[in-house]
Amino acid sequence: MKQLVRLFAAVLIVSAGMMYLTAYLNSSQGYSSGNTLTIYNWGDYIDPELLKEFEQEQGMKVIYQTFDSNEAMMTKIEQGGTTFDVSIPSEYAISKMKEEGLLLPLDHSKLPNLQYIDPSFLDLSFDEGNKYSIPYFWGTVGIVFNPELTDLKFESWNELWDKSLRNQILLLDGAREVIGMGLNSLHYSLNDTEEAHLQEAKTKLSTLTPNVKAIVGDEIKMLLANEEAAVGLVWSGDAAEIMSENEKLDYVVPKEGSNLWFDNMVIPKTAKNIEGAHAFINFMLDPEHAAQNAEYVGYSTPNAKALEYLPADVAGDERFYPGKELTSKLEVYENLGKRMLSHYNELFLEFKMHRK
Amino acid sequence: MNARTRNFYLVPYLLWIALFVIAPIVLIVYYSLFNVEGQFTFGNYAKFFTPVYMQMTLSSFWYAFLITAFSLLVAYPAAYLLTKTKHKQLWLLLIILPSWINLLLKAYAFLGLFGTYGFVNSVLELVGIGTQQILFTDFSFVFVSVYIFIPFMILPIFNSLEELNPSLIYAARDLGASPWTTFRRVVFPLTLSGVKSGCQAVFIPALSLFMITRLIAGNRVITLGTAIEQHFLVTQDWGMGATIAVFLIIAMAVIMLLTGSRKRGLQDDSKKKAV
Repeated sequence: MKQLVRLFAAVLIVSAGMMYLTAYLNSSQGYSSGNTLTIYNWGDYIDPELLKEFEQEQGMKVIYQTFDSNEAMMTKIEQGGTTFDVSIPSEYAISKMKEEGLLLPLDHSKLPNLQYIDPSFLDLSFDEGNKYSIPYFWGTVGIVFNPELTDLKFESWNELWDKSLRNQILLLDGAREVIGMGLNSLHYSLNDTEEAHLQEAKTKLSTLTPNVKAIVGDEIKMLLANEEAAVGLVWSGDAAEIMSENEKLDYVVPKEGSNLWFDNMVIPKTAKNIEGAHAFINFMLDPEHAAQNAEYVGYSTPNAKALEYLPADVAGDERFYPGKELTSKLEVYENLGKRMLSHYNELFLEFKMHRK
Repeated sequence: MNARTRNFYLVPYLLWIALFVIAPIVLIVYYSLFNVEGQFTFGNYAKFFTPVYMQMTLSSFWYAFLITAFSLLVAYPAAYLLTKTKHKQLWLLLIILPSWINLLLKAYAFLGLFGTYGFVNSVLELVGIGTQQILFTDFSFVFVSVYIFIPFMILPIFNSLEELNPSLIYAARDLGASPWTTFRRVVFPLTLSGVKSGCQAVFIPALSLFMITRLIAGNRVITLGTAIEQHFLVTQDWGMGATIAVFLIIAMAVIMLLTGSRKRGLQDDSKKKAV
């Protein structure tokens, strides 16, 4: 018993010491309250040089924290106890957070650089008037393929059903993306809620099963770069990453259309430094900064002026900055409501269960 | 120690049970009674009996059975040989060691090993068999699961083999039993309790496996665990996720009752009532 008490005492003393040490370290690095800005972003999704520049320009200390899924991020903000000043969720998460009152409205007068954003990326259905969010990066859903392993060009989604691709396709594990691809291949809208169309898409998808090697998460990047399969259904951002790993691969958005997604900057309700958050958003909207960031991350920037600062082969790359004809066929995911979303997932589950 | 102090010592235990065993189960049952829009309904239970979920349940049980059977097949001889070796504790440590490594890391390691250009396929190529698809098959799923669960099967069997009185084996041999008869009539029945608890320790978690179904089986194997994960994290349909969990809890309780030895089972029952 005595030993046990001693052990507990030792543990208590050590943890108290640790807590004191962290507090001391934080304050010695200037991490006190008031002059810090906490950014909550996806991993490896900003040029660290820009953070340094921002710190110097504003005399603010930036604390950078990362998340790996919209759901995890939302849960953390919802539960409170955090002081995130800026976060960068995807559009469907934004409309959810908006509904649940997790976002603070933006003051556009403090964001003069908003004028540089391409107007076609503003005032979209998930946040009308951009009251809560400002575009950060955007992209599409398309096909990454290995020209050495397949002769197809994937101008149409229907080429995925080609017999030569038996056991050669990797799909990303997302209900809206996969069901959406089925709907697109039938020339329906990605946001279709008509039961007959959904069933038709599901029936069509189940005939794709023999070609599907696996339905995976983030590993899809590694697997495709390692040439584990010839074809993959991915987000354009992941595609850029895969192609920088393995230069043989190519990316294409089929002509029937696809999804247009956004990651937008928001100020969550947990923000302590609202002034600083606006300054940061405005800083990132500056065309030169946006261009530098787009070059580092490799995603498509919504900043029209920034395109002028990007190398011509990047800004002119039709795969990541598609022309007018294709852009008109891209659709943003609408918030279909919980019931419909659950139905989409149910259909996706049935598709997964379909055996070869 | 009088009755009063004894009751006092019971308090932390009772609190623990109430907070971390009873309360979560009650919450799961409570959540299972609501649909996506937060209305009270028994619809989730009706949905569970539709072909989709029934098929999923069957395949969960089938894969859990395969995993348990193969684990037992490997673990029993391994445990038996272990008791015969000189440095038992060292060998045991080596078998348990992999379970200290994070599950996700091990799964990723298998992604590399089993891939088209991975180690296993290079060996197959060298031997002249040629590259096979190993990753994202039933084989790889069962293999990796067995690898992960095997320490939990070996440990209880090893312990019960260790407890076995060797004079019983000598007696059997003295009385003219062949090695096989000795094993069948003496060793195996006496280590059955170890086998049972090993099977419980493997079958029950195997029923609700997820993550490996995606990483190693590429979502070609869908278990109830995968469906729960999907409903809680993606669909946010907590009601349906909770309903599946309720059925899993019931299935586990039934398995515990069936595999627990009769005498111990009775005692366990009386304990449960007391709580």
